[in-house]
Amino acid sequence: MTNEDLKIKLTELMPSAVIEEGGEWLTLNIEASNWHSMATILRSEVTVCFDYLFCLTCIDWKSHLTMVYHLSSTSYRHNIVVKINLDRNNPAIETVANIWRTAEFHEREVYELFGVNFLNHPDLRLLILPDGWEGKNPLRKDFEDPINMIKL
Amino acid sequence: MVETIGNTAEGNMIINVGPQHPATHGVLHLVITINGETIQKVEPHLGYIHRSIEKMCESLTYRQFIYVTSRMDYLSAHINNHACALCVEKGLQIEVPTRAQYIRVIMDELTRIASHELWWGAMAMDLGAFTPFFHAFRERESINDIMEETCGARLTMNYMVPGGVMQDIHPDFQRKVKAFIQQFKSKFSEYNEMVTGNIIFQNRMKQVGVLSAEDAISYGCSGPAARGSGVSCDIRKIYPYEIYNTLEFEEVLETGGDSFARYMVRLNEMHQSIKIIEQLIDNIPEGDFQAKTKAVLKLPKGEFYQRVETARGELGVYIVSEGGTTPYRIKFRSPGFSNLSVLDHIARGSKLGDLVAMMGTLDLVIPDIDR
Amino acid sequence: MWSLSEIAHTIHEWLNTTFNSTLATLIEMVVAGIAVISLFALLGLVLVIMERKVSAWIQIRLGPNRVGPKGMLQSMADTLKLLVKEGLTPNGADQFLFNLAPFIAMIVAMLLMAPIAFAKDFQLWDLNIGVLYVSAVSSIMVISILMAGWSSNNKYSLMGAMRSGAQIVSYELSAGLSLLSIVVLTGSLQVSEIIQSQSNGWWIFKGHIPAIISFVIFMIAVTAETNRAPFDLAEAESELTAGFHTEYSGMKFALFFLAEYVNVFIVCAIGATVFLGGWMPFHIGSWEGFNHIMDFIPSSIWFFGKTFFLIFMIMWFRWTFPRLRIDQLLNLEWKYLLPISMVNILLMTAIAILGWHF
Repeated sequence: MTNEDLKIKLTELMPSAVIEEGGEWLTLNIEASNWHSMATILRSEVTVCFDYLFCLTCIDWKSHLTMVYHLSSTSYRHNIVVKINLDRNNPAIETVANIWRTAEFHEREVYELFGVNFLNHPDLRLLILPDGWEGKNPLRKDFEDPINMIKL
Repeated sequence: MVETIGNTAEGNMIINVGPQHPATHGVLHLVITINGETIQKVEPHLGYIHRSIEKMCESLTYRQFIYVTSRMDYLSAHINNHACALCVEKGLQIEVPTRAQYIRVIMDELTRIASHELWWGAMAMDLGAFTPFFHAFRERESINDIMEETCGARLTMNYMVPGGVMQDIHPDFQRKVKAFIQQFKSKFSEYNEMVTGNIIFQNRMKQVGVLSAEDAISYGCSGPAARGSGVSCDIRKIYPYEIYNTLEFEEVLETGGDSFARYMVRLNEMHQSIKIIEQLIDNIPEGDFQAKTKAVLKLPKGEFYQRVETARGELGVYIVSEGGTTPYRIKFRSPGFSNLSVLDHIARGSKLGDLVAMMGTLDLVIPDIDR
Repeated sequence: MWSLSEIAHTIHEWLNTTFNSTLATLIEMVVAGIAVISLFALLGLVLVIMERKVSAWIQIRLGPNRVGPKGMLQSMADTLKLLVKEGLTPNGADQFLFNLAPFIAMIVAMLLMAPIAFAKDFQLWDLNIGVLYVSAVSSIMVISILMAGWSSNNKYSLMGAMRSGAQIVSYELSAGLSLLSIVVLTGSLQVSEIIQSQSNGWWIFKGHIPAIISFVIFMIAVTAETNRAPFDLAEAESELTAGFHTEYSGMKFALFFLAEYVNVFIVCAIGATVFLGGWMPFHIGSWEGFNHIMDFIPSSIWFFGKTFFLIFMIMWFRWTFPRLRIDQLLNLEWKYLLPISMVNILLMTAIAILGWHF
């Protein structure tokens, strides 16, 4: 499906989402509160069928955090990017680990590196960082490690 | 914090496989709950080799950061570099000369064969057969020699630059690659005799760690791990980059979903890689090996995503640029990380001895998982 | 002709003429003890270097080649290193059992030396239940492994020991039954009589197909009994790091290591004795000339030649096959080898009764 067709389809499915064009793939900007229901639609709606979450990450914009989900469909081979802005001081978003199982590990990674709290996550613990490292989030822009960090 | 010693309340035993353990090929730490010999739960603990490459890359320029990625999946270092180079080229819209594209693809496929050779030997060793390891290394050595001549390094090649490759190929390159193809073809029957056809080996692999196609997609598996379950996910076919769309090769698919299927996928992939190299090696066009680029690269403001097929699966490079000389945020979607997450799912209920077969066929490279 | 039995006989005569009979017996016991210990050490050294060279040959590499001519002294150097290494005992371990286990392994291996006929009339103890003695004593080996695994206070060791227990107890049956099928033919458990009964041909040739079947089963079963690949589940390196001897170091580890190799030697010696005629030269029916030439080769050479051939086979297994899984291992024994050897022994009995063997 081309991006134009996909855009029409997605507008029908999710009227509240803001669809942005310009990049390689369509970008959906949505509200954190809508995310879980929209994710369910994206996954289960047979005409789009985004069954493959191939990248899940977060960006620290200093003013806010942005969750970025890259979704792909193994049957139609189309891709979209979903972006959700979160409050930087108290970031929380519904988990999608029950929709795409791969999100379980990726969300744990984002949780420890960015401090995003995933609600209803089955097992939200530190994955990579050693115990007792909660609260310091290495991939946030204000994280400082005077000993080990490279600075340009 | 999870209890990693003692027993569970139900009387099951908890054992720690790793971080130093012969089967994990690196510093993977698995906390396994077992009931007798039967696995109840596998819980990976990561981070023993986490270098925070993503954070490091935020302070490296677009020319520099490519070489850090050799240290992620060191067995397909060249393909990692390729992904980064492609992503930067996508951002700068650099046209890569055809000669460079040919060289890149040949190098990619050689790397893939080398990686699969090592996997084959190491996996046989996990299952208790030591000899295949040395036979695999005989062929891998030839590839490393070729790499050494042209790139100057054997493992972390660092041969890619945005816009092409760092230098032209060695004059002996084509002859050596052809000699390697001959060697590979003549020795490959040994592989089947020694391991594939062995009844003990087949019993250890068949119906072990069965992964269904739905689960493979849901867990984000890619590469041979998913293709063993019949999921078509070869990035070279689906989203072709460089000259892959002009090449004739097959995406190897098996439908078994068990360890043996994943094993067969990798074995056959080596043949496909040989096929690709054969198509290219005599036809490398004359021309530049590098496009003209500015000394300081500045990606325009925006986001760029490039996925390539490494030996282990889909590697994604996600660059968020603010228009500066360094990436604002960079994310590597490593294949191993997602492939590892499926281990608990497929290992439950199997015997402890099966775990090494599963880990072997998922082909986990720990620096790739930890980054 | 130069022969071990003559040397032994000369020493015996000399001792008896020089000292009174009690003292002579005592001295002979000491000499025999020292001889066994030296043989034990020597076998360890020889078999380790042999294994390394065989594996190197199979794995297209050179193997040890630095210490001594062609690396032949490598195992000496290794032994020296192991001797001076600290023998660590873990804190949580049961000190007494932990330190006792390797010695039991060694003592069992030494005890098994007793009934083996190394050459014509050269045997420590030709007891009338020789074959039974070997299969009985070799089972004690499992106690040392269980002891090591349990006392180490390590889960890997424990699992290795438990696997080993299940494995040795199971494969003991097949090994015993396959030996028994030859005993049916000879009618005696005494080692010297078994060898004597093969003076006109080895049992593997004389005993028709059932003898070959029991030989194959015997080789499989003893490979399992000595915990060697493809049945090395007790120390499955990639699963249990080193199994029951994970926590052992220095000389205590070396004793386990030595005991394993000596056990391999012993089971191969038994196999050679029972199936391949022990020290008996290769004879073909009524070819007097040929048989006479064969007799010129010293009996000890025949014995060690056959034994080392079997050892080579076991090493060949180890470096070729992948390891079995625990359930497959037990399936192989209880579902295949045991029924086959039971039917086989029935066949063998029929052959013995009807006199069909040669």
